[in-house]
Amino acid sequence: MPEDDRGSALVTGATGIGAAVARALASDGWPVCVTYRTHEQEAAALRGELIAAGANVIITQLDVTDEESVDRAFTRAEQELGPIGALVANAGVLASDLAVTQPIEDFAAVLETNVVGTQRCIRRVLMPMVRARRGRIVLIGSVAAQKAVAGQAAYGASKAALEGLARSVAVEVARRGVTVNVVAPGLIDTERLHEANTGFDPALVPMRRLGAPNEVAACVRFLVSEEAGYVTGAVLTVDGGLSFA
Amino acid sequence: MPLSEELRARVTDSLVSFGADRDLIADDTTLEELDIDSLDVAELAEMLREECEVAVDVKDFAECVTVGEAFAVIAARAEGS
Repeated sequence: MPEDDRGSALVTGATGIGAAVARALASDGWPVCVTYRTHEQEAAALRGELIAAGANVIITQLDVTDEESVDRAFTRAEQELGPIGALVANAGVLASDLAVTQPIEDFAAVLETNVVGTQRCIRRVLMPMVRARRGRIVLIGSVAAQKAVAGQAAYGASKAALEGLARSVAVEVARRGVTVNVVAPGLIDTERLHEANTGFDPALVPMRRLGAPNEVAACVRFLVSEEAGYVTGAVLTVDGGLSFA
Repeated sequence: MPLSEELRARVTDSLVSFGADRDLIADDTTLEELDIDSLDVAELAEMLREECEVAVDVKDFAECVTVGEAFAVIAARAEGS
């Protein structure tokens, strides 16, 4: 497909994996809208870096828990970059706590952002993609959906929910050439991982190292490509073997 | 009021784009016979709202079994728009 026909890409979350995905898609020639909630400086720096490299990139503020905010950001992306041909739903939050002590409001807030917020983004792009008979949606899940992680009940539940969400939406829109997949990273060397303080020892990963954000981005890059047109409802795990160790 | 020729043509084209056989589209054909599913109906409603300024909702088609019944719903909504 000519690059101009596939539309633009919107990536939620401007740091860590989100930034790596934006770099990968921009280098593939996608016009990219990167959204941030609070990390405006990081987003602006990323935009500067990518524009200097010749990419067509905008940044915009987005809070996935606010439907108006979602609509505003996506509308801006459509107006400035064209129809959204690829959505990478990467924005998410962590709230580490034991299930026995975590306030239910904190648990619910994780699901609100990670699951309901993702669905808000999907709903905003889905009908235009259905009508265009093409589209790529990639949700950033986590190995925590499959692997027991103490203190991450909310996060693990939210990421497992994304896999069910992706599969259902995938079969609903399969006839329209729209694919929906999950990339499930393991322990990736990002600030998020270090903040989460999971206490997990990288030596327990079969590959004996943390993953790099660009190793996750490479999988996203494939799933949004034309060549991945027959892959839908899949979970692509990027974890150095952690989930089955 | 019957459905205008223009709207009938737009809806027919949409049904064909969903995979329906154009030759089978008639008032007494059922949506099931045309393999029209709920996603198709949602897309049809969106097309009517966006491109034809017909204020129709997916739920309006809930009781429709045949193409003719769907045309009647669209005609009624078009008249009210």
